[in-house]
Amino acid sequence: MQPTLSFEQAPPISVPYRFFLTAPLFGAVAGLILAWLGPAAIESRWSPGALAMTHLIVVDFMLQAMCGSLLQFVAVVAGANIWRPRLVAAVVHPLITAGAVFLATAFLLERQLLFLLAALTFATAMGLFLTVMAIALLRTPARGMSIYVLRLAVFGLLVTVVLGVILATTLGLHEELQSVWSLLTLINVHVAWGVGGWALMLVIGVSYLVVPMFQLTPAYPVWLTRLLPAGLLLVLCLWSLQLLPGMGTAQAWQSGVVIAGMLLAGLFALATLWLQSRRRRRQADVTLIFWRGAMLALLGLAASWLLFEALPQLGGHARAPLWLGVLALPGVFLSVIMGMLYKIMPFLNWLHLQRQGGTAMPPPNMKQMIPERAMRGQMRLHFVALILLLAAVLWPALALPAGLAFSASCLWLEWNLIGAARLYARFRDRIRAAAAGSAAAPAQS
Amino acid sequence: MSFPTQILPAHHKHCDDLFVAAEESVQRGDWVAAASAFERFHGQMTAHFEAEEGILFPAFEDAAGMSDGPTQMMRYEHEQMRSLLSQLAAACEARDGEAYTGVAETLLMLMQQHNMKEENILYPMCDQALGAEAERLGAKLDAMLEKGHA
Repeated sequence: MQPTLSFEQAPPISVPYRFFLTAPLFGAVAGLILAWLGPAAIESRWSPGALAMTHLIVVDFMLQAMCGSLLQFVAVVAGANIWRPRLVAAVVHPLITAGAVFLATAFLLERQLLFLLAALTFATAMGLFLTVMAIALLRTPARGMSIYVLRLAVFGLLVTVVLGVILATTLGLHEELQSVWSLLTLINVHVAWGVGGWALMLVIGVSYLVVPMFQLTPAYPVWLTRLLPAGLLLVLCLWSLQLLPGMGTAQAWQSGVVIAGMLLAGLFALATLWLQSRRRRRQADVTLIFWRGAMLALLGLAASWLLFEALPQLGGHARAPLWLGVLALPGVFLSVIMGMLYKIMPFLNWLHLQRQGGTAMPPPNMKQMIPERAMRGQMRLHFVALILLLAAVLWPALALPAGLAFSASCLWLEWNLIGAARLYARFRDRIRAAAAGSAAAPAQS
Repeated sequence: MSFPTQILPAHHKHCDDLFVAAEESVQRGDWVAAASAFERFHGQMTAHFEAEEGILFPAFEDAAGMSDGPTQMMRYEHEQMRSLLSQLAAACEARDGEAYTGVAETLLMLMQQHNMKEENILYPMCDQALGAEAERLGAKLDAMLEKGHA
């Protein structure tokens, strides 16, 4: 069958926007949980508060924003429209939202039933999302390394979700899976695929396109565009060998595998910073600064990991994984997402309004969609919050200000995004009113 | 060798350079340099649209037997860019730096996502559909477009 090729510019604007407008809210909730629970929440990665905050951020903020962007992005890069985007969004968006709330509450209150509900909701939401996305990405006639990397990222999400659903079901049923896999092995592999196989892979695939595109930098070297995804995939597969019967938890040689993964991540960060330093467009807008912050955090993550490997007494500290988690989640991924949202929403506003108003009513330009000062202010607060979060890992007494600052930054982001959405709605109504007026005029005459 | 897949992406890059040159002059407040840099950029953008709409797209539509597919959307996006280019011309005329940079940002996003679709999807389809004719057409396109760096 011939792949249907449609060059539609975008799915309906409500499809990505519902994801974008929900995402920051749960970041704010995560910050409030930290402020509320205080130092107890960051005793270790296994504290109920830490587990709840982590899943609010990775699922309700990151996954939410990434799903919304992918529904939009795939239509552009793959030239293939997503199957019934409105329906997919109408099912996936509320289920992801509910699933993350179930999961976070399950961790906080340690309720078995909620773990089972979370497993069921995620299995349904992600089953639909992954199927639709896989079809679009496999049937596209588009070429380019990005498409391959996006496919790998979608596969990474599949593995993460399957393992996550197994984990949540295990916790929900209180069943011991010791005979097959230890809980810790499953978690090790789940986290690696979620962070490396899905989130980082997606950022890599997207960066091949958007880093040169936004600031007119040179393209990533071809060898690197191949090495990164292939290397990362190999690292993840070797890491997953601990699931094989009789392997037990991570073997000594697997710490070498993790080091290789960190070197790849560091290489990607350095290459991106280097390309950005060679950009032809000199101005440094918020998106560029967010990306740079993210890449510095990724370098920090790789360096910290190597340090923890070298100094086991430091790496073995209960809060060491939290340090890595703060660098990875708010540091790398939320920074990239925020920077991207500030570019995507103004552009989508313009694109959709231009189609409705045509040349008769040209829409405001991209820089008029969200005030520059508001974006810069929020960005500064985000980086301050990031530093406070890192400081709170070192001195847990700082949990309250860190949680509040992070929460405030997420709320400010939400406010800025709502401003863009309201501007869209106002201008759309003006176009409609003008159209109704001109349709009524001939009838009166 | 001059296939559309080689000629046109190279010209996209050239247009990017011209875009940057004009934007930088505007940001420096050098409106005399900006006017001539913008004129050159505008000219090459128009030449690119004309090369595609006049030569490549009709040839592809004949060869592939589809006229309402991707080429239609590409033509529509050319119209969107033409409208932004005329807004830029007006901003240049009025020496309105704020309007210029806002519209330029919008045009850059539109241009880049448009180029991405052409380079990753449409041009390879053209090469494939046009077969032996591709190289002859490429030479014709090449003759219409400026080369080199800004």
